[in-house]
Amino acid sequence: MNENLFASFITPMMFGLPLITLIVLFPSLLFPTSSRLVNNRLISLQQWMLQLVSKQMMSIPNTKGQTWALMLMSLILFIGSTNLLGLLPHSFTPTTQLSMNLGMAIPLWAGAVITGFRNKTKASLAHFLPQGTPTPLIPMLVIIETISLFIQPVALAVRLTANITAGHLLIHLIGGATLALMSINTTTALITFIILILLTVLEFAVAMIQAYVFTLLVSLYLHDNT
Amino acid sequence: MASVVPLKEEKLLEVELGELPSWILMRDFTPSGIAGAFQRGYYRYYNEYVNVKRGSIARLSLVLAAYVVFNYRRSHKELKHERPRKYH
Repeated sequence: MNENLFASFITPMMFGLPLITLIVLFPSLLFPTSSRLVNNRLISLQQWMLQLVSKQMMSIPNTKGQTWALMLMSLILFIGSTNLLGLLPHSFTPTTQLSMNLGMAIPLWAGAVITGFRNKTKASLAHFLPQGTPTPLIPMLVIIETISLFIQPVALAVRLTANITAGHLLIHLIGGATLALMSINTTTALITFIILILLTVLEFAVAMIQAYVFTLLVSLYLHDNT
Repeated sequence: MASVVPLKEEKLLEVELGELPSWILMRDFTPSGIAGAFQRGYYRYYNEYVNVKRGSIARLSLVLAAYVVFNYRRSHKELKHERPRKYH
């Protein structure tokens, strides 16, 4: 059971070909492009959802921050669809790989910080020192704020990886436990019920992306425009 | 050959059985040809079942079920050991 538990997180290769490119590209098949004013049901639903999310998320930053709208909306669509597709049986979720999440987190965070430094240098540097600190504490606080700044992209990536991986592992474990306990009756029903609840909670993987993009947006907003 | 249209442009279901080997050899297997074949297949499925005004959820679920089956075939080798048997 030990080897089988982590076997679903291995990068899928078939005949030596990297199958993972196909799996990463698959969610884009589910979001067709619209070429008319009144589209089919699938596109209309997606357009409605996208409008809802972008209105709620992009109303906070001012004009300069709103240029990031396209990037952030495609980010939330990608992470949301990838996580939800990973809930299907036997499928592989690319966001469980730390390499991919770091590749998403570090460039976006670095772009936000560098934009803030270039355009509002004094204000960005002023973030390192909260207002009203007593004078002897200043050096230590600057060091602490610097560390907390540089840990932001790592936290973003690791948060996403750990949440999704932990959820998948729990589903595997509890499912295995249920199957093993099938011969003993009363506990089986209880554990199956727990699986059901856990799966529903895990479908708040969509909430996970919300957390991702929202955190990213808050950081972007603070660094960029204040 | 009892075909009116030149062989290269016939669709698969309209090729006669004796012409099948030459038909297969005549399709282009260059990467852009294969990509074109995938594109055409995708758009045939899409335009017929999803792009209509009141498309149903059944066709989309079919795509997801095909995805599940594809992944099951891919991971069959590791899953073979998890079947409930007396001796593994």
